[in-house]
Amino acid sequence: MTTRSMDAPDTRNLLDHTAQGVIGKPLDRPDGPAKVTGRATYAAEHDIPNCAEGVLVLASISKGEVLGFDEEEVLALPGVIAVISDERMIARSAQGGANEAPVQKVRNVEYFGQPIALVVAETGPQAQHAAERLKVRYRVEDRDNVAINPDEAKAEPHKEPTIQGDIDHAMKEAAHAVDLTYTTQGQVSAAMEMHASIAEWDGHTLTAHSSLQMLNYNINELADALDLEPERVRLISRYVGGGFGSKLGIAAELVAASVAAIELGRPVRVVMTRRQVFECVIRRSETEQRLRLGTDADGRLTAFGHEARVSNLPGEKFAEPVTQASKFLYAGHNRKLAINLARIHRVTAGSVRAPGEAVGMQALEAAMDELANAVGIDPVELRLRNIPERHPTMDIPYSSRKLAECLHVAAERFGWDGSDRRPAQRREGDWWIGTGMASAARVHNLANAQARVTLQADGTAIVASDMTDIGTGTYTVLRQIAAEMLGLDPENVLVRLGDTDFPPGPGSGGSHGAASTGSAVQLACETIRDRLVERLGCKPDELTLKDGFATCGNRRAAYPDLLQGADIEEIGKFEVGKIKGQYSTAMYGAFFTEVAVNAWSGETRVRRMTGAFGIGRALNEKTALSQCIGGMAWGIGQALTEQLMFDRRDGHIVNPDLAEYHVPVNLDVPDLDAVLVEERDPAASPLQAKGVGELGICGAGGAICNAIYHATGVRVRDFPITPDKLIAQLPDV
Amino acid sequence: MKPFDYIRPESLEYAAQQQQRDGGRFIAGGTNLLDLMKLEVETPERLFDLNRMPMAQIEPEGEGLRIGALVSNNACAADPRVRRDYPVLSRAILAGATFQLRNRATTAGNLCQRTRCYYFYNTAMPCNKREPGTGCSALNGINRIHAILGASDQCIATYPGDMAVALYALDATVEILQASGGRRHVPVRDFHRLPGDEPEKDNVLEPGDVITGVVLPPPPQGVQLYRKVRERSSYAFALVSVAAVVRMDGERIAEASLAFGALAHKPWHDPRIETLLAGEVPSDAVFDKAADLLLEGAEDYGHNGYKIPLARRTLKEVLRNATGGGQ
Ligand SMILES: Cc1cc2nc3c(=O)[nH]c(=O)nc-3n(C[C@H](O)[C@H](O)[C@H](O)COP(=O)(O)OP(=O)(O)OC[C@H]3O[C@@H](n4cnc5c(N)ncnc54)[C@H](O)[C@@H]3O)c2cc1C
Ligand code: SF4
Repeated sequence: MTTRSMDAPDTRNLLDHTAQGVIGKPLDRPDGPAKVTGRATYAAEHDIPNCAEGVLVLASISKGEVLGFDEEEVLALPGVIAVISDERMIARSAQGGANEAPVQKVRNVEYFGQPIALVVAETGPQAQHAAERLKVRYRVEDRDNVAINPDEAKAEPHKEPTIQGDIDHAMKEAAHAVDLTYTTQGQVSAAMEMHASIAEWDGHTLTAHSSLQMLNYNINELADALDLEPERVRLISRYVGGGFGSKLGIAAELVAASVAAIELGRPVRVVMTRRQVFECVIRRSETEQRLRLGTDADGRLTAFGHEARVSNLPGEKFAEPVTQASKFLYAGHNRKLAINLARIHRVTAGSVRAPGEAVGMQALEAAMDELANAVGIDPVELRLRNIPERHPTMDIPYSSRKLAECLHVAAERFGWDGSDRRPAQRREGDWWIGTGMASAARVHNLANAQARVTLQADGTAIVASDMTDIGTGTYTVLRQIAAEMLGLDPENVLVRLGDTDFPPGPGSGGSHGAASTGSAVQLACETIRDRLVERLGCKPDELTLKDGFATCGNRRAAYPDLLQGADIEEIGKFEVGKIKGQYSTAMYGAFFTEVAVNAWSGETRVRRMTGAFGIGRALNEKTALSQCIGGMAWGIGQALTEQLMFDRRDGHIVNPDLAEYHVPVNLDVPDLDAVLVEERDPAASPLQAKGVGELGICGAGGAICNAIYHATGVRVRDFPITPDKLIAQLPDV
Repeated sequence: MKPFDYIRPESLEYAAQQQQRDGGRFIAGGTNLLDLMKLEVETPERLFDLNRMPMAQIEPEGEGLRIGALVSNNACAADPRVRRDYPVLSRAILAGATFQLRNRATTAGNLCQRTRCYYFYNTAMPCNKREPGTGCSALNGINRIHAILGASDQCIATYPGDMAVALYALDATVEILQASGGRRHVPVRDFHRLPGDEPEKDNVLEPGDVITGVVLPPPPQGVQLYRKVRERSSYAFALVSVAAVVRMDGERIAEASLAFGALAHKPWHDPRIETLLAGEVPSDAVFDKAADLLLEGAEDYGHNGYKIPLARRTLKEVLRNATGGGQ
């Protein structure tokens, strides 16, 4: 094992000095053909003999206690094997990185939709029918004693607020100021693949196929729930049909399947229905955000306030970190940033793609637009004038930051003209046309990671880690890193992921997967290169690896000749060392968009959108851009259509399916123009790469809100901006 | 899903008789019924599969056109005669659901599709339509997609479909085979019901009634439009929709036939509006009067109030586009 701790920027920049020339190239995904032809086996699809089928039963009260079940009636139905409501089962999903079991008392109901039991039968439809029929006896808590809606609970400060200078005073003194409240409604991940697990128990070890993002944590969460040592648990998630945060922690179906498999002594599969995924996995909290922005006469920020109110279940540590980018993005000496958390009885709030920035940047960037109008300058110029030299409160340097470049590049590609921002000036038939822009920002995360690389005697290589590929392209980029470092055609590198038998990676979450696991792969490859140097007997800096040949001075050898029948295997163990906290490291970008708003109905259609992004080194241009494009598409949904609707009486979600929870469809998404701005960041990771998975959503919705205002003169401060909210203010036609 | 018997009847007459005697449901494309069965909102003891019955033709009937009950929505929308003579129908169908759904969905199934009321879909919630007498959860719940016209205190659901709105504007007729072997022709405008005290009844079909087709009258003259307002560009039900067939006589409106979707428990048709418009020179003032009539008695149940201005705006938009007048 080779261990390295990152204590300072890694300025060696190895990947720009290797010879293979595949890093960054827009290579196709090796897993692509298997996925589109149905040969990639997802969790629920494993064909396991004698597998019984389980269906979760969810609570239909908001708070109270399960007194019992009328099991006899359903046990008499054809095929029904058991009704299980066991103390090991989990009542909530684990938060990302929890590393321990979440709340387990399933009979103690804390929200409408909480899992309370599992019905197991021979076939799926039998179990489904029995679960629907199962009568539950409850003790129901008096509604007056239960806070269900955010306005029914008092919000308490979550963590210490950031307070610097005197914002109240600065707002009073400001030449231009806006004091605005924006709200966003709850959202869900809505990943294509529903949460699904198959558990098998051999009397000693539990093996589960499951759809998960972070196996290294999930194994401990499951082991803790079952009260087993982690060594007796194995998790396999080779293919994951999207996660977007909802699969960071284990969910109820995995533990229920495991308990049932242990109790019944046969494999059990549990697949959530789409409605169940909505009702019992994870929501993104609704937010209420107060933005106070004040500037001097030139539009330089002097006051910067961002205070948010979010919600979660009692006992949960997570609070949507709405102000995350507000900490470092813009200047302003007098600051107040705060998160207040209301405890309410609705499904667990947790991480959904870009927790914090996805909603925080949406509101901040809309408020910045209002500020630019107040100052009377081009909103691009307002941003450029407020790029701080050093982190505004921590007084540390930025490791790299392409914000200004992204603003320029995207404005140029889009054809931005910010000289006249008067609203409601352009009309095409029944449509108001307007443009808007926003910055993008998202913190960079890095995590400890291990990966094993084997250069095999035949000259091919294998990379293995329990890291996952949730559709983002991990298989592809790890292959490219190994191929680059080892001088191999990528076709000769096999990447194996998603199995806790492999060395632990950090999993997919917080955009940290590729940079962290990739650094472990690079480290293992460095050691393998050293071994080759030893065998060739030359100096390290003389070594060139390309196309399966090692060249050193005037010696050139094919790997099989050099390896002489013996593999070289190495585990790279990458640790985030003292680099943490030395720099402010984040990804930046810019969005520009044009929308059309129907003057009669308020229907809004995004006509075009350009995004430019600085993400450090792009490991694969295509997969990186795909992430950006996916983020922008979701930005359209956030801005215009996506919202969880909760019944105020009991907190149940009234639109728990994809017919009524409106993610954008193809017709809503124009040809999105995304481009990367060349960047290297030696402090971000030894690869000089930052994260990319979440950046594309961070601010995109704000740009659309700004374009709607520019088109119509109507400012809607409650996302999503649906037609009903627009026609309330649109003038008669 | 509750287990059920699956029956593939030998004849329509047999299906009608058996269904009248034993109960159960007819199934066509299944795109609505199966979804509801999976959730156990519908729990029929048996299904009579109509798909092999010879009802998938579009054929002339007099000077009009007869659309068989099993004609798929896409086939109907793509038929050259429908596109030429009844473009409002073609457009309304294409504004609905998705390509895949429209391939399966049928004429009769579309007419009989059930409400999308959130509470109707959730078996943990009281709902008079699903379980008569249990109460209406939408009345004091989230009702942003609910009715502003013709509702009752028993149910405020809407009929959600698009195709039927066009059929109302065209004044089509539903052709029904009865269990007795007799046939009945019901004007489509009388086919769906208002909820009243029996919200469980969506339409006037009696046990044993099978829809065999829909008859379109001779092609109307004039402009035909279908305007659907929705939250996303496709795959979303209407917030408000308007089907219009408008014939001009020089400067004046000779005849206008209008129907509205997503406002009530059935597509909304108000003959007073047509009387008002006939003979008028189009103007915003006239359009506003039409909207006043339409929205007389419109009710806001808490979240659906926006439909009142939206219906007015959409009606004016359609009338402007259909008449070339106004402003
Ligand atoms: C996600 C989604 C989105 C949709 N969006 C839209 C939309 O935007 N606009 C829109 O208009 N529709 C929409 N639909 C509804 C769709 O149009 C209907 O599901 C479809 O038209 C039903 O036709 P079917 O043949 O599949 O009916 P089935 O599901 O087979 O049957 C529906 C009902 O009709 C009855 N029935 C069928 N045939 C006969 C007959 N011959 N005689 C008597 N009764 C009969 C059945 O018993 C059943 O009660 C959507 C559906 C889905 C699932
Ligand atoms: S509106 Fe009608 S369908 Fe909806 S809950 Fe009330 S009774 Fe049921």
